[in-house]
Amino acid sequence: MSTSHDGTLLDVRGLTVRFPTSDGVVQAVSDVSFSLSRGETLGVVGESGSGKSVSNLAIMGLLNRQRTAISGQVEFMGRDLLTLPPDDLRHIRGKDIAMVFQDPFACLHPMYRVGAQIAEAVTAHQDVSKDAAWARAVELLDHVGIPNAKSRARDYPHQFSGGMRQRAMIAMALVHNPSILICDEPTTALDVTVQAQIIELIEEVKREFDIGVILVTHDLGVVAETANAVMVMYAGRIMEYGPARQIFEQPQHPYTWGLLDSMPSIERRLTALVPIEGSPPSLLAPPPGCPFHPRCRYRFEPCPVDRPPLVSPLPEAHPDACHLAWDEKVREGAKRSVTRLGDAA
Amino acid sequence: MTLYIARRLVWTVVVVACVLAITFAVFYLLPAGDPALRFAGKNPTDAELALIHQRLGLDKPWYVQFGKFSKNFFVGDQFGWPGLGYTYAGQTSVKALIVQRAPRTLLLIAGAAILWLVVGVSIGVLSAVKRRTIVDRLAMGFALVGISTPVFWLGLMALYIFWRQLGWTGGTGYVSPIDSPTGFISHMILPWIVLALLYAAFYARMTRNNLLETLGEDYIRTARAKGLPERTVIFKHGLRASLTPIVTMFGLDIALLVGGAIITESVFNIQGLGYLAINSALQQDLPIVVGVVLLGSVAVALANLIVDILYAFIDPRVRYA
Repeated sequence: MSTSHDGTLLDVRGLTVRFPTSDGVVQAVSDVSFSLSRGETLGVVGESGSGKSVSNLAIMGLLNRQRTAISGQVEFMGRDLLTLPPDDLRHIRGKDIAMVFQDPFACLHPMYRVGAQIAEAVTAHQDVSKDAAWARAVELLDHVGIPNAKSRARDYPHQFSGGMRQRAMIAMALVHNPSILICDEPTTALDVTVQAQIIELIEEVKREFDIGVILVTHDLGVVAETANAVMVMYAGRIMEYGPARQIFEQPQHPYTWGLLDSMPSIERRLTALVPIEGSPPSLLAPPPGCPFHPRCRYRFEPCPVDRPPLVSPLPEAHPDACHLAWDEKVREGAKRSVTRLGDAA
Repeated sequence: MTLYIARRLVWTVVVVACVLAITFAVFYLLPAGDPALRFAGKNPTDAELALIHQRLGLDKPWYVQFGKFSKNFFVGDQFGWPGLGYTYAGQTSVKALIVQRAPRTLLLIAGAAILWLVVGVSIGVLSAVKRRTIVDRLAMGFALVGISTPVFWLGLMALYIFWRQLGWTGGTGYVSPIDSPTGFISHMILPWIVLALLYAAFYARMTRNNLLETLGEDYIRTARAKGLPERTVIFKHGLRASLTPIVTMFGLDIALLVGGAIITESVFNIQGLGYLAINSALQQDLPIVVGVVLLGSVAVALANLIVDILYAFIDPRVRYA
């Protein structure tokens, strides 16, 4: 695939992450490829331990290079981030690619003022005075909707609510108008009412600054609201990857069906929820064949033996990694079809 | 913040009062023997004993005695503040004796404390940053040696090598820095190093463990995600958060040494407070022992106060608690 053509910000090819441990090698991410354009939100969904967060940490260069084996390519503005010297990568981190993490309670340093932590992000990449950096911090806090930003900037994180902390984290990420904003489960630790506000804020920021957003979540509802493209991950591999509208209207992979079946909605009564039986496999010794086959209700002969490649069954369909026949994918997928009300695309 | 400090201050006074009561009980109420016998010399007559009883106030009920004991301590006696009475042996001022001995112990502690703090924390940081490398192994090897080597053996070996064999340093005994600054340093350098070694080893281990734990925190990842240089991540974000337990230990360690540097003082014949306390205990000269114990306890209480105040400066969460 050609790179850096009109609006492609990030092109990830065959990303694989292995952690050698005393018990053996854990392959947390296997052969993950995707791309991200300006103005696009890529939703990455999957259960805990599916490799969502690890892929992003690998892209950001936040995994310890001595204790991880990372292969593949992460091309950003014509440069492969995986082979970049650590110091060059540091200049991209927080400047061109910024990240918002899951737990805003743990992600801010408890001993520094919120404003100071944002101002520090300013001076990390820009040679400005402390006062100017502080002024920028206050401006950003105000921008992300912190009331009385000027005085609240002098607060310590423990004086902020969870939602305010996450706003502060977003303000910190926006300091240098990054091209890419990676949000790693930004709402998981928050109250439901606050979740919607944070998602809305991320969407606003995306439109305003025309950036690409990677939104990692296990909440399909959030993805349905905001994402243009969706990548479903399981056991470190992509199960299904395509435009959001297609994923929701015509989901092709049994794992996605399982996720949709277990998602509560207004129309569906709680008794109708169908959980996915079992739990995700150990990445130390993943099952042979399709990693999902032990939990899959649709498995047949080839599943435990052959690992299905990620390919498009038909030219007009999106790629999935499943052995099922196309007819069955269409039939079963149609049962789970979700038509989004306000289509963001 | 002011309120916080005020609260701590009141608490410290309460602690000192408790210490006073316990000390009084242990040394004056519990002993079976009559303290007057210690004052009176050999074969006293009943009349002499009665006189001493009267002079020391031992004929009064215990609460009156305790009142006088406390009043002397807080307000002072004929030897000034704090009133600690006079020794059995020489009938001289306990306070004067302690004032004479205290600088030796305090200078010994101060020099050693600076040394162990600087060396211990540096080694700990180095070890954490270079985790699982040869540097880390060497540093933790040093820590193991430091912790397991007995101080008296180390002191004697140091004296033998650096004083007797090489002649690089002064020998045993204490030289006042006012009389001879070079002689002071030459005599103190070995005690400083010997006393500091054990603590440096402890502090290296503690710093390493705290820092490693801190470096695993989410806010450290945030600091890296901002694109801060690794230097800033470790020394600003990491070290600050791992400093609190070290400050606590440091305050208490210094305070405990006020009466507890006895082994180092003995080996190097620095006649400081610990040495004074032990000798007085052997001679059953109670007022001196009481004086040193009180001083040591007050030192611990004050160190706690200082640590609490420092805490509030380092960690804002404490201020608002």
